[in-house]
Amino acid sequence: MSQNELSLETAFQNKIDNELKIEPKDWMPEAYRKNLIRQISQHAHSEVIGEQPEGNWITRAPSLRRKAVLLSKVQDEAGHGLYLYSAAETLGISRAEMIEALQVGKAKYASIFNYPTQTWGDIGAIGWLVDGAAICNQVSLQRTSYGPYARSMIRICKEESFHQRQGYQIMLELAKGTIEQKKMAQDSLNRFYWPSLMMFGPHDSESAHSEKSMKWKIKRETNDDLRQKFIDQTVPQIEFLGLEHPDKALKWNEERGHYDSSEIDWEEFYNVINGNGHCNRQRIEHHVKAHEEGAWVRDAQNAYTAKVVLRAAQAIA
Amino acid sequence: MNISNKDNSQADLIEYATRLGDDSLILGHRISEWASNGPFLEEDIALGNVALDYIGRARMYYTYAAELTGEGKTEDDFAYLRNERDFSNYLLNELPKGDFAFTIVRQLFIDVFNSLFLPQLQTSANEHLAAIASKAVKETRYHLRRSKDWSIRLGDGTEESHQRMQKALADLWGYVHEMFEPDELEKRLIAQGIAVDTANLKEQWLAEITETLNTATLEVPEAEWAVRGGRAGHHTEHLGHLLCVMQSVHIRYPGAKW
Amino acid sequence: MPLENLELFEVFVRSKRGLDHKHVGSLHAEDSQHALDYARDCYTRRSEGVSIWVVKSSDVIASQEDDNEGFFDPSEDKPYRHATYYPLPKEVGNM
Repeated sequence: MSQNELSLETAFQNKIDNELKIEPKDWMPEAYRKNLIRQISQHAHSEVIGEQPEGNWITRAPSLRRKAVLLSKVQDEAGHGLYLYSAAETLGISRAEMIEALQVGKAKYASIFNYPTQTWGDIGAIGWLVDGAAICNQVSLQRTSYGPYARSMIRICKEESFHQRQGYQIMLELAKGTIEQKKMAQDSLNRFYWPSLMMFGPHDSESAHSEKSMKWKIKRETNDDLRQKFIDQTVPQIEFLGLEHPDKALKWNEERGHYDSSEIDWEEFYNVINGNGHCNRQRIEHHVKAHEEGAWVRDAQNAYTAKVVLRAAQAIA
Repeated sequence: MNISNKDNSQADLIEYATRLGDDSLILGHRISEWASNGPFLEEDIALGNVALDYIGRARMYYTYAAELTGEGKTEDDFAYLRNERDFSNYLLNELPKGDFAFTIVRQLFIDVFNSLFLPQLQTSANEHLAAIASKAVKETRYHLRRSKDWSIRLGDGTEESHQRMQKALADLWGYVHEMFEPDELEKRLIAQGIAVDTANLKEQWLAEITETLNTATLEVPEAEWAVRGGRAGHHTEHLGHLLCVMQSVHIRYPGAKW
Repeated sequence: MPLENLELFEVFVRSKRGLDHKHVGSLHAEDSQHALDYARDCYTRRSEGVSIWVVKSSDVIASQEDDNEGFFDPSEDKPYRHATYYPLPKEVGNM
């Protein structure tokens, strides 16, 4: 590293240590930029791929009110994808490049979306647990060191709070409904509880990106801390629903002031990440298909704009 | 005699509100199928807004129909507990979403129609319907701006987009006629100043469509075919499948709340 | 992958009459007209705005980090431009 770069890096780290945001035109270490692009684009892809499992139930929502709510929620996910792509683009990568990376499997998205939505209860569980876990993470990211990322997180958090509430409300209706509905709620809780805990990523000791991300304040809280927060906040929510907690070994630890819980099935975690979830292939294929079917539309826009420009030039000549 | 007249006209009104609700719900449902399927993210989001507008309209029309019906009926009874033959939406609205050109041409047809229909419904002698129209008319102004704009860009874009648009026009043309043919029920309500006489809208509709298609370098279809019957519950085979999907959860758990 | 053809636009929204337009993000669109429509659809779904501006990102001229010293440091030693530089006797009240 040259003397110049070293002093730039020191100045950069000073800004971060002093809680100053890094903005697009600022000098930043290449690794910081890369790390951010990886994280923000992965986050954006998750929002966009996340449209699919919930979109799966828009046409079957059991009441018109739920239909409108779900559609607007799924539409919000697309919107959040947009905010995040737009934040990542300030780092000098195009949306097309990011989409390409997603489609060829170079970029990841949250593995939770590889789980299928099989019942209406899953829509409740996803809003409540999956969005709930996402919010834990996103609230913390509102203080991330990169300005555009932090700002899009603030925007997203504001909108997400309705997502979690609508999910919990679906669960409430089911839990106090007929026996069949209550069963549906319990089944969805059982299937989505553990994958939601996995959303926080591997243990801090196992996480490849954690240490550097913490130093640069890209991440503000560790995977395990955030997961603990989520576990703790979910206990009374499950209780209020009158459902059984999926973790039979869950126990309050007076000393820690937190719940102790069973170990996550990490084999399943890596299994799904590595392509063996029920929907991995389907999700990407769906995305590629929509993108390819839209190609002629984007081409047409291009051609039309070129014609307009040409006509304007001819009119002058 | 008087009372039974009043009953009849009440039944007419319920049916009319239900029809308008059916048109909105079925179309909104079709547009909602674009979620995660749009040609790019911005358009995905924009289509979501249009779908939400239509589902919102359906809820207002059905809620009014439910109020008039009494017996504790709700909007959901109209959406979820009626059969294919009970639905009376225009056929145009129920056709599968097709490619983006198909969706845009259908929207163009319906948006131009609504931009003429809703201002007249605003002056309806029935203040409920007039109020719904007042809200919807603003939404339609924006929808129309989009569908005209897209029609021009796709019509005058590439050869492929031009052909797809021309094909969509050909495939959809025969379904537009029934929108301008009020049946006996609508005629009775027109006489009372409640319903809109859609027969009067056709000329202007055609003029506006022609103008947009001309700008888009597209040709107005001359085909003579016309399929009719939506208002009488004579549907294409597509509606049954749509309803099967839409009503599946609601029907499986009778009496459940959601 | 023809997405590049769509230009990048910056979006500014006035949230309330009387307030400034504020930068809220960006989007891709074919031209300014489309950008305006999409800004409406993508950034004002919850009545966040009463007015929208869109500007091609490439048309934004931004000051450079390298210029920062010359641009912004000189004003740092001019505290006399701020009201707080002039304490007033309590008796006078606010001014």
